[in-house]
Amino acid sequence: MSIDKFVTLESTAIPMPIENVDTDQIIPARFLKATTREGFGENLFRDWRYDKGGSKIPGFVLNDSKYSGKILVGGKNFGSGSSREHAAWAIYDHGFKVVVSSFFADIFKANALNNGLLPVQVSDAFLSKLFSEIEKNPQTKIKVDLENQTITILSTGESEKFDINKYKKTCLLNGYDDIDYLLSMKDKIEVFEKTR
Amino acid sequence: MSKKTLFDKVWDSHVVSQVEEGPSVLYIDRHLVHEVTSPQAFAGLDKRGIKVFRPGQTFATPDHNVPTKDQHLTIHDELSRSQVEKLTQNCQNHGVTLFGLNHPYQGVVHVVGPELGITLPGSTMVCGDSHTSTHGAFGAVAFGVGTSEVEMVLATQCIMQPKPKKMKIEVNGTLGKGVTAKDIALYIISKITTAGGTGYFIEYTGSAITNLTMEGRMTLCNLSIESGARGGMIAPDETTFSYVKGREYAPKGADWDKALAYWKTLKTDDGAEFDKVYNFDAADITPMITYGTNPGMGIKITESIPSGADLADTNKNTFMKALQYMGLEGGTKMVGRKVDYVFLGSCTNGRIEDFRAFASFVKGKRKAADTVVWLVPGSKQVEKQCKDEGIDKILEEAGFELRQPGCSACLAMNDDKVPEGKYAVATSNRNFEGRQGPGSRTFLASPLTAAAAAVTGVITDPRELL
Ligand code: SF4
Repeated sequence: MSIDKFVTLESTAIPMPIENVDTDQIIPARFLKATTREGFGENLFRDWRYDKGGSKIPGFVLNDSKYSGKILVGGKNFGSGSSREHAAWAIYDHGFKVVVSSFFADIFKANALNNGLLPVQVSDAFLSKLFSEIEKNPQTKIKVDLENQTITILSTGESEKFDINKYKKTCLLNGYDDIDYLLSMKDKIEVFEKTR
Repeated sequence: MSKKTLFDKVWDSHVVSQVEEGPSVLYIDRHLVHEVTSPQAFAGLDKRGIKVFRPGQTFATPDHNVPTKDQHLTIHDELSRSQVEKLTQNCQNHGVTLFGLNHPYQGVVHVVGPELGITLPGSTMVCGDSHTSTHGAFGAVAFGVGTSEVEMVLATQCIMQPKPKKMKIEVNGTLGKGVTAKDIALYIISKITTAGGTGYFIEYTGSAITNLTMEGRMTLCNLSIESGARGGMIAPDETTFSYVKGREYAPKGADWDKALAYWKTLKTDDGAEFDKVYNFDAADITPMITYGTNPGMGIKITESIPSGADLADTNKNTFMKALQYMGLEGGTKMVGRKVDYVFLGSCTNGRIEDFRAFASFVKGKRKAADTVVWLVPGSKQVEKQCKDEGIDKILEEAGFELRQPGCSACLAMNDDKVPEGKYAVATSNRNFEGRQGPGSRTFLASPLTAAAAAVTGVITDPRELL
């Protein structure tokens, strides 16, 4: 098993300038009853996206035909709250490959990386710039280059470096996952168990 | 020898190997599993054709989905039932110990682990649930993980984790009357915000902390995640040892003596360094309550809701969005507001001590007529203890009813949902939009504040009725 490789991505983006977007908003608990990983995209941001009757709520970014793309740009402290990996699955399943924010909650970040969804942490200033450029022109193209660890607004050429753990970067570039790595270490783990 | 913190000691002794410029391969002693975040992990194992590596170190119980009434009947929600059944099958296939529905040990994972002695000082512990931080109360390195990591632990008893930074939060002094561990936690989060702990592992110290019971320590460590921290821990001491001793899965005889000798070394060395330190004074802490849609939006119960006037634009939007959702206005008081629902329970405040506190508060009083009150024990054992101690009778006399254990209205995956627009005082841990049911509005508070609301029907400072 493995994850999808990620090298570079050029795409328009969907802006969601809300802070502290928690995983209960990303995928509410009542949709966590499935026993497989697929299909969660349908209920991504369910209660912001649909009203009680199941009709789309106009004005919510995912319902706004102005916006499209594989990059989700969120406000500060994205993914806080519950450890549900379903949040990362839902975002990925909906078609996003990158989430940008100026701050991510730890568990969300780890979950995203384990599923080939790249969390790109930028400065507050760059985040505001992204929001204003996308608002000005929803067709604004953004390029994310994992090898060089850069995110660039193509129309203006503004660019910023982002951090990623070297090991995780290698995994994403090659589509490896942690379980393969750990399984290859079984002998070492058994030795560890005996020596403690 | 370099000086180490409590966290360093436990973490470092579990590192199997270190990836260069990458995460540690961390050995996990104990693994808790519930029905919601595990099916995909077991499916992953089955797909690879492998079995659980160390089935004796994983313990499972259904909690998130279970009904809190008539548990002896089948679960009528089909999807919930299928998740619970899947858990049973997976445990059977892989030889994992399961405390299933109606088993005398069933309950919320984080209540069950400690009361069975599965949680031990100096151990590493994970669960596919963010409130695994609870177990840090015993001096364990315990934290929540995602489903991919659940699969890793099932497959290899290890996960890949970068070592977090270290934070110390010291609270000295004596807590006032009616002030509980929950209030300490809500106070800390209101000060450091819901992102203040991100990237850190917290150690709580100081006299106000060491004076807490194990139940109180668990409540505090439980809420570490709400400050963004991966976990929080407290150095084990006599309070810890006497709690653990004699519990079902705790070491016995010579093993106990050996373990105890080791546990006594689990203290931060004098002069060991933290990346960040906070100091608080217990005298500044009063009963707390949240007014907004994240646990950091808390105030002293007697205070007014902030106006938000001094916030920067983006923060202000988020703040106003929260107040709008809650149907509240900045600058107004919390005390006196009508409460439609009260929820006592969850891995934060669903332990025996919480039921004792609630019961002794409502004893001789009457339940408010228009308020629905859900009293949900954290486990079968808590439920049994309530009965053994006559707490159920006290509650009944005051017009309340004890339900059966589960996560219940903490996240409303079962039938216990707060209706749209209604207000609930909850002892749980999250007041997110829709957390207790679509459109529900949650005020987080302590069991005492919950009890005060349950008898008055409005938000009430519990100190006035003590
Ligand atoms: S009680 Fe609430 S927070 Fe605790 S494990 Fe259950 S759902 Fe999660």
